[in-house]
Amino acid sequence: MRISIELAVLLAVLAGLIAFAFGAERFYLQLFSKIMILAIFAMSLDLLVGYTGLVSFGHAAFYGLGAYTLWALSPETAAASFYLSLPASMAVAAVAALAIGLLVLRSSGVYFIMVTLAFSQMFFYFAQRSKSLGGSDGVYVNVRPDPTVLGFTPFNLGRPQQFYLVVLALMVLTYVLLRYVNASLFGRVLVGIKSNEARMRSLGFATYRYKLAAFVLAGALAGLAGYLDAAQFGFVNPGLFGWQLSGEVLMMVILGGMGTLHGPILGAFALVLIQDLFSDATKHWLLPMGIFIILAVLALPHGIAPWLKRFSPRAD
Amino acid sequence: MPDSVVFFFIQVLNGVQYGLLLFLVASGLTLVFGIMGIINLAHGSFYMIGAYLTYALTEATGQLWLAILLALPIAIVLGLALETILIRPLYRRDHLYQVLLTYGLILALEECRSLLFGDDVHGVAVPAIFDYSIPLTGALSYPVYRLVLSGVCLALAGAMWLVVQKTRLGMAIRAGYSNREMAASLGIDIGMLYRLVFAAGVALAAFAGMIAVPIASVFPGMGNQILIVSFVVVVIGGIGSIKGAFVSSLLIGLADTFGQVYAPAIAGMSVYVLMAAVLLWRPEGLFGRRA
Repeated sequence: MRISIELAVLLAVLAGLIAFAFGAERFYLQLFSKIMILAIFAMSLDLLVGYTGLVSFGHAAFYGLGAYTLWALSPETAAASFYLSLPASMAVAAVAALAIGLLVLRSSGVYFIMVTLAFSQMFFYFAQRSKSLGGSDGVYVNVRPDPTVLGFTPFNLGRPQQFYLVVLALMVLTYVLLRYVNASLFGRVLVGIKSNEARMRSLGFATYRYKLAAFVLAGALAGLAGYLDAAQFGFVNPGLFGWQLSGEVLMMVILGGMGTLHGPILGAFALVLIQDLFSDATKHWLLPMGIFIILAVLALPHGIAPWLKRFSPRAD
Repeated sequence: MPDSVVFFFIQVLNGVQYGLLLFLVASGLTLVFGIMGIINLAHGSFYMIGAYLTYALTEATGQLWLAILLALPIAIVLGLALETILIRPLYRRDHLYQVLLTYGLILALEECRSLLFGDDVHGVAVPAIFDYSIPLTGALSYPVYRLVLSGVCLALAGAMWLVVQKTRLGMAIRAGYSNREMAASLGIDIGMLYRLVFAAGVALAAFAGMIAVPIASVFPGMGNQILIVSFVVVVIGGIGSIKGAFVSSLLIGLADTFGQVYAPAIAGMSVYVLMAAVLLWRPEGLFGRRA
């Protein structure tokens, strides 16, 4: 009973998001594309924070790497191949996550928060100082990646409506993939590590390897989100590595509800839409935004998703 | 002495001065975290508030010292009010919610700053009695105000050491750090201790902002900049350790200053490279206790 209700809600939301593509104005299509990109990013972080118990404050490192990889693969006046550049961006982010994960996973708790921050800050300062990466001014992806295969062009990323649908499809794919992962033995081990790592180790699981695998998967998905960001705006700058972005996506995960996959999506929508609402109303939108976050923490002890759940029919 | 040696010496002085200033901010952060168990992202905002109050009050009174004297109580009262309303409900909550709430607080405080003072960069003149430089060689000299600043920071660090190690209050603070429940059951008023520690942390961070104004000016985002570096200091030193905060502040101050001067291509990275190296060697920080 429970599962079918959940499925019905998910399908209804999906139908709504698809219908949105054909009814909404250009501005809202772009806004929602941006939100869904951040939702992919937030889901990838939730795999670490909500499922494995690894609070990363430097997840933007992989987002930035995905974005910069698209730029590096795009010729000055021509398009990069969509089918090559997208996996390449994810691969670069994954390899970096492997290298960084090998080091940072030696620490835990608050120290883990800070070491991950340190690594993302290194990327930030490297990009900011490096002349070949455009320095603090950033660089431009002049032509969007081209999905043409054998003379056939299935979609055009330059059209907001088609870009929106591609991002929606990738968000759904990410959601399904992570649901599948979390339901697998691998995912159960991650949850076990979160609640008691010593016990998992004594049960014979090589927890370090499991955490590393989660870190790499999360890094690759963050790279995907960063890639889409660069493809949408055509502009890449060191801010994509910045701690503000890492903080913002962490807020989406916590606010939405950790350890659920729809939580981060809700968090991304809530945070960006509220941001949009406030910034329309006043230049000083950060003030109501800050107050909103403070009140949300005081009023919703576990985020939006568990709060919404109270309204759903109970299975027991 | 050749100019290059004097130049090196000047950089050491600059690094130490920056490190000592960092220590004022980081020591409050490490105390609040070590004793109260609160991750306070808004700690840097108190640095910013101190700086902006000093700027505004110096404009009004014409006297830096008078401005600091007036601004310090304002900052402390504000800190205590925030502790009562917002931080206290967080004591028993997960660290993540502390991060979230204090992040919201950063946004709100930053925007209040923008509403009250605007987004321009402002400066405050160095007080006339310290507004000269000591000549070192023909071309190089060192501004006296920076030396005064270092001296004040050192004096404060010494006073802190005395309070923590040699007084009854310090004993209570150390007891609260090593075992909260035990300290409470021995009759130490933990709620009062928390308030005192938080107020002291706010006062130190705000004071650092105040005395830094003549050399660093006031600008939007200054609080966040110092916050991130202070976190690095706390983590390298070991959470809750004042001694660790002192040593790592100086390390970070020197690493940053020398990074800027001798390796400008990777400047800014040096601090984080140092942190990564230390944590890989000692995951609990230089003077931290094992988790």
